[in-house]
Amino acid sequence: MSADLDQLENQSIYILREAYNRIDKLAMLWSIGKDSNALLWLCRKAFFGRIPFPVVQLDTGMELPEVYEFRDRITKEWNLDLKVEQCPPEEEMDQTLPPLTRAAARKTEGLKNLLRDHAYQGVMVGIRRDEQATRAKERVFSPRSLEGDWDVKDQPAEFWDHYKTRFPEGVHVRIHPLLAWTELDIWRYSQREGIPIVPLYFAKDGKRYRSLGEKNITFPVDSTASTIDEIIAELQVTRVPERAGRAMDNESEDSFERLRSVGYM
Amino acid sequence: MPHSQLRIVIVGHVDHGKSTLIGRLLNDTGSLPDGKVEQVREMSRKRGMPFEWAFVMDALQAERDQGITIDTTQIHFKTKQRPYVIIDAPGHTEFLKNMVTGASQADAALLVIDADEGALEQSRRHAFLLHLLGVRQVAVVVNKMDKVEFSSRRYEVVAQEIKDYLAELGLQPKAVIPVSARNGDNIVSRSEQSDWYLGPTVIEQLDAFRPQQTSPDQPLRLPLQDVYKPDDRRILAGRIESGRLRVGDTLHFSPTGASAKVVSIEAWNHPETVLSAQAGQSIGITLDKRIFAERGHIAHHQADAPTLAHRLSVRLFWLVSDPLVVGKTYTLKIATAEHRVTVEQVTAVIDVEDLSSTPGKAVRRNEVAEVVLRSRSPIALDLASDLPRTGRGALIDGNDVVGGCLVVEIEDAAAANITEVSHTVSLEERAQANGHKGGIVWLTGLSGAGKSTLAMALERALFDRGWQTFVLDGDNVRNGLNAGLGFSSDDRAENIRRVAETAKLFADAGMVVIASLISPLKSDRARARVIGGERFHEVYVAADLATCEERDPKGLYKKARAGEIAEFTGISAPYEAPDQPELVIDTDTLSRSEALAQLLDYVDETLGKNSLKSEKELTYVI
Repeated sequence: MSADLDQLENQSIYILREAYNRIDKLAMLWSIGKDSNALLWLCRKAFFGRIPFPVVQLDTGMELPEVYEFRDRITKEWNLDLKVEQCPPEEEMDQTLPPLTRAAARKTEGLKNLLRDHAYQGVMVGIRRDEQATRAKERVFSPRSLEGDWDVKDQPAEFWDHYKTRFPEGVHVRIHPLLAWTELDIWRYSQREGIPIVPLYFAKDGKRYRSLGEKNITFPVDSTASTIDEIIAELQVTRVPERAGRAMDNESEDSFERLRSVGYM
Repeated sequence: MPHSQLRIVIVGHVDHGKSTLIGRLLNDTGSLPDGKVEQVREMSRKRGMPFEWAFVMDALQAERDQGITIDTTQIHFKTKQRPYVIIDAPGHTEFLKNMVTGASQADAALLVIDADEGALEQSRRHAFLLHLLGVRQVAVVVNKMDKVEFSSRRYEVVAQEIKDYLAELGLQPKAVIPVSARNGDNIVSRSEQSDWYLGPTVIEQLDAFRPQQTSPDQPLRLPLQDVYKPDDRRILAGRIESGRLRVGDTLHFSPTGASAKVVSIEAWNHPETVLSAQAGQSIGITLDKRIFAERGHIAHHQADAPTLAHRLSVRLFWLVSDPLVVGKTYTLKIATAEHRVTVEQVTAVIDVEDLSSTPGKAVRRNEVAEVVLRSRSPIALDLASDLPRTGRGALIDGNDVVGGCLVVEIEDAAAANITEVSHTVSLEERAQANGHKGGIVWLTGLSGAGKSTLAMALERALFDRGWQTFVLDGDNVRNGLNAGLGFSSDDRAENIRRVAETAKLFADAGMVVIASLISPLKSDRARARVIGGERFHEVYVAADLATCEERDPKGLYKKARAGEIAEFTGISAPYEAPDQPELVIDTDTLSRSEALAQLLDYVDETLGKNSLKSEKELTYVI
């Protein structure tokens, strides 16, 4: 039974098509993790095999080797218009941020550079509401200033699938087609569709990556789940949060919130 | 256990305990991550505040500082029956748009009321909005029963009051549950303190709700989102909002009236051929012939068409501080179609406290009202009570969504005292008598591209062959028909609309009307195409900007460069070249006589004698 996955898929395709029709210059962020892989898959469905916008990786040079390997293979196999945006070094980050958070902030700056240099009016991001409390507050179409600032207290109304698609000069929009999906949904969908997965998600020597980030700030968690079936079984009983292996989230009470308010994904 | 989650919205007055209820639901169903409660307890201790369940919800620092929930937060939990997502809708009056955002996604709602205070204005407003937003499954939670010592008498008073109010809205609560969220009474387990209460606990009631479903047995509505050409296919993409379609069905499109057969339902990475699709599915279809169909048009079956309306009554909610006022024009978006609508009348502003209504001239933020809207273009729509998804919409002002509305009454053309009289002379007879069909040859292109020259030459050539023909020139009509219009974007659009309507009348009369207008925007030309229907022929008179500027027959480029003309097409305003015109005439490379010959060939082929013979049946849309 996967009628609920059909429903999620149809809704995401609707969002992708709205974005492509309404937003002039569009790109998709590809972190190469399970969520944005699923998003790529949905794009191929929505646009009948050919993704009509560039796919951007914000690269810190700190991803695990398996990630780069996977990126290059999929880019070729799926004929993606991949653009790799090199993120500025850690020394250029806000030094008041705690050190691990600072490392994560590099992606925010990379994104700002990308937006400035290519004048994208919309970027698709594969975040989900159930990942983290501040992401739960997101809109599907979420406007940002040029600096990436997110005004959580004054977000546009969003109802009956009518999204905000008009913006003043200097504002770009983050589009979140996976907002309503859960971690479990992503795994069940990846399994059903046969979506390729970076092998780091599967347990090796009693550990696996549950959420994939750069090697300096992400750690594998205890797990014996070495297949998608086992991951699905694990998720149905676990009470460990998904981002437990993301060092920056747990560094200080408001780390993730600070990152997001200045433009982190 | 089924995987599909039920979406619950929890609403109520600001201090009646929504967040406490949510914190308690999460805790009592074992849905909190390990360590979360300890983390929040520790945070409360640091801040010198007593621990509240509500803090579990309040993940953002800003919220903890203000002590109120700010935005729609989605929280997941599970019962033994199934997973849930709770959409926390804030109670603070000024956050209506977040409430609307949250509640419009919900399958069912819990309305939280303080046992001591009873239903306050906000409780009533929220109930009203739930109804308006289409949430039909509602249960009432009478909270803080501990404050009234679990008095059954007090419970009865509060319950009766809210039941009466909901009944006026046409809503019947599935249950009215006495609880103490703080202490956990009647949340998961039955409380001993309310042995007089025999109804369900909160969890039992949640499990009794059913997911909202769209029925495939309703009339088909497929509003188009986009048209894709990934290869030699031309795929119309959209989501079926109601009903179902099958390969082989003849689809009709509103408001154009075009029709075609479904050849295929396209799917990527799908080994089997798809033969049918139904409500809720995002699909792509190909048709047996190339018709004009684009975003906003609604595909349907002939028997169950949406209504075409210029005037409609809506019930609306208003979200922003600038009030809705009579006479102002907004964009109404229904499904994927956008129309400019003017507020003709505010029939009633509804007081949500007692549901009384008063007429007014404006609708203010957080108010609900009945309003009459008028549109210049025909809108394809349904009554919200028949087909909600094509019977409701958003109002947009500038860049912002400012309100939402349900269509409650539609005035069709007959009721508006406009009765279209049928002609006794048919289009076919006129065409036979004239020896050619009537039609609109719409020349678009930059100033100086050669439109006027070409238009006048075509008129001469056709006239010399004995054809009925006339040129409508963009500049000429501004002296008479459109004398009142200026050069604002609205006025330019109206200028084009009037020329299109006039051209249609000429074409109806059997003439070949040659419209020569810069008409720089795709949207304006698309509207002209809707007006002209199948008789509309878009001809792109193409020339380089540099060439046009060099020609500059009217000296306008010089003035525009000097800044004397604002928003001059090609210099300070965009020209959107047609994607798929019926004909392109490149005046950069063709001589005047070559260009004319090409245009004449086209007109002859599509409107001349041969076209009459080959097409026995002349059926015109609109």
